[in-house]
Amino acid sequence: MSAQTDIRPPSPPAPLAKSNDADRLRIVPVRRTGQRAAAVVALVLLALALNSVIRNEAFQWDVVADYFTTTAVLRGLGLTLWLTALVMVLGFALGTLLAVLRLSGNRVLQAVSWGYVWLFRSTPILVQLLFWFNIGALYPEILGVRTVNLLGPVTVAVIGLTLHEAAYAAEVVRGGILSVERGQIEAAQSLGLGPWRRLRRIVLPQAMRSIVPPAGNMLIGTLKGTSIVSIIAVQDLLYSVQLVYHRTYQVIPLLLVATIWYAVVTSLLGIGQHYIERHYARGTAGVR
Amino acid sequence: MSSTTTGSTDAMVEIRSVHKRFGSLEVLRGIDLSVRTGEVTVVLGPSGSGKSTLLRTINHLEKVDHGWISVDGTLVGYRRDGDKLYELREREVLRQRTRIGFVFQNFNLFPHLTVLENIIEAPVAALGRPKKDAVAAADKLLARVGLADKAGAYPKQLSGGQQQRVAIARALALEPKLLLFDEPTSALDPELVGEVLDVIKDLALQGTTMIVVTHEIGFAREVADTVVFMDEGRIVEQGAPGDVLDRPEHERTRAFLSKVL
Repeated sequence: MSAQTDIRPPSPPAPLAKSNDADRLRIVPVRRTGQRAAAVVALVLLALALNSVIRNEAFQWDVVADYFTTTAVLRGLGLTLWLTALVMVLGFALGTLLAVLRLSGNRVLQAVSWGYVWLFRSTPILVQLLFWFNIGALYPEILGVRTVNLLGPVTVAVIGLTLHEAAYAAEVVRGGILSVERGQIEAAQSLGLGPWRRLRRIVLPQAMRSIVPPAGNMLIGTLKGTSIVSIIAVQDLLYSVQLVYHRTYQVIPLLLVATIWYAVVTSLLGIGQHYIERHYARGTAGVR
Repeated sequence: MSSTTTGSTDAMVEIRSVHKRFGSLEVLRGIDLSVRTGEVTVVLGPSGSGKSTLLRTINHLEKVDHGWISVDGTLVGYRRDGDKLYELREREVLRQRTRIGFVFQNFNLFPHLTVLENIIEAPVAALGRPKKDAVAAADKLLARVGLADKAGAYPKQLSGGQQQRVAIARALALEPKLLLFDEPTSALDPELVGEVLDVIKDLALQGTTMIVVTHEIGFAREVADTVVFMDEGRIVEQGAPGDVLDRPEHERTRAFLSKVL
């Protein structure tokens, strides 16, 4: 016969168990002692922390409850919410424009877009906000109106936050557009679709898949970031509770009121983001 | 004197002395080719021979550096005035492209749109057809490529062969005078090649003018009126499939065919 006869069959397995007792055998998982100990320590620390939070009178949970839904706090929350929404919409509109300029074939427009992003990303938002707040020192009058009258604190907040937001939005949108395959644009060109239609109908909807996750993070960041406008006396959520505790000296409970509201809203936004991401993933989670 | 028309009447495509370079690499080194109305031209050649680039210059996805191309008697991408070729504005180029269908190797269907939306996008947006008419036409096209039941599916839910058939239907929706195929079966699993080639054969039988870049020699033999063999940016030889494929005159053609047959 051939050389194959030289290959010996594998030796039979050692008789570990009798052939008919497999049904009686019990499988015992390995004990993870270290993990169990760590979990116990974590639970104990958590209980201690919780105990101190509940027992410590200084938290003044009754005061938190009293102020949680007062008109002043809710008004502040309302301003925080619409300021966030407005800044996101305007910021992303301007950011999309900047991204399109940056990706255009025109060198001058590319440079303008790059310069904008560089300027607004390389300075702190607090400094920018104070700068816009004091713009009256540079331009005392705009179109014959005194700048101080034209640009109130809220307007300054919208302008300052939007210009800052747009710089980041531009990078997010640009990354999204670049993530769309070149072939998609060529296909649209071959079909005679114009540049605006290509952007709106073909490129941006596909870019959204990479835009939504960072944009969601930006939205949450912006919501919390609007608290910075309390520095220029805009009555957002934080400034509203500050007004109360400057009067009553109940600093901690009122900060807790703001903290809980911020956490509630960001959690809701996180849930919304999940559904938006699912919407823009359509056509990609394909079942073959 | 200004003019946009050139050439004889029965030539759908005329290519004259076309050169194209990418940086220091000259991809097309003087291409002359005529394609008659109703004929199928198959372009063969090793990768890097410039055949895909040539195809892409015909609908101006690539600009030529020298020479000119006309489709149905109209210069592509340029307007001639005396001895000068003036580049057309994008809007005019886009209008020209609606008369030239292009099918890509990787299909390039729009993944976020359904099959139906893929097909009616151009007729509605580029030609301004009423949506109802475009949908009716799309349904007929889908039936023609054997996918009548897939109108509501997303591209990723289809096999590669089905996707390419949708891409062909999408190109046909503009009722183009000329169809260009850039290696339409190269990205497909072997068992799916046949269904796509059958659709292309069917179009050929109905007298559609086509230029097909492919590696499918059997398809060329069966369907082509003219086979063109390209190498290193030049057309080495062209003629009836029986001549070029069975009795090639040039050594390079013979060497290529011996490798792929």
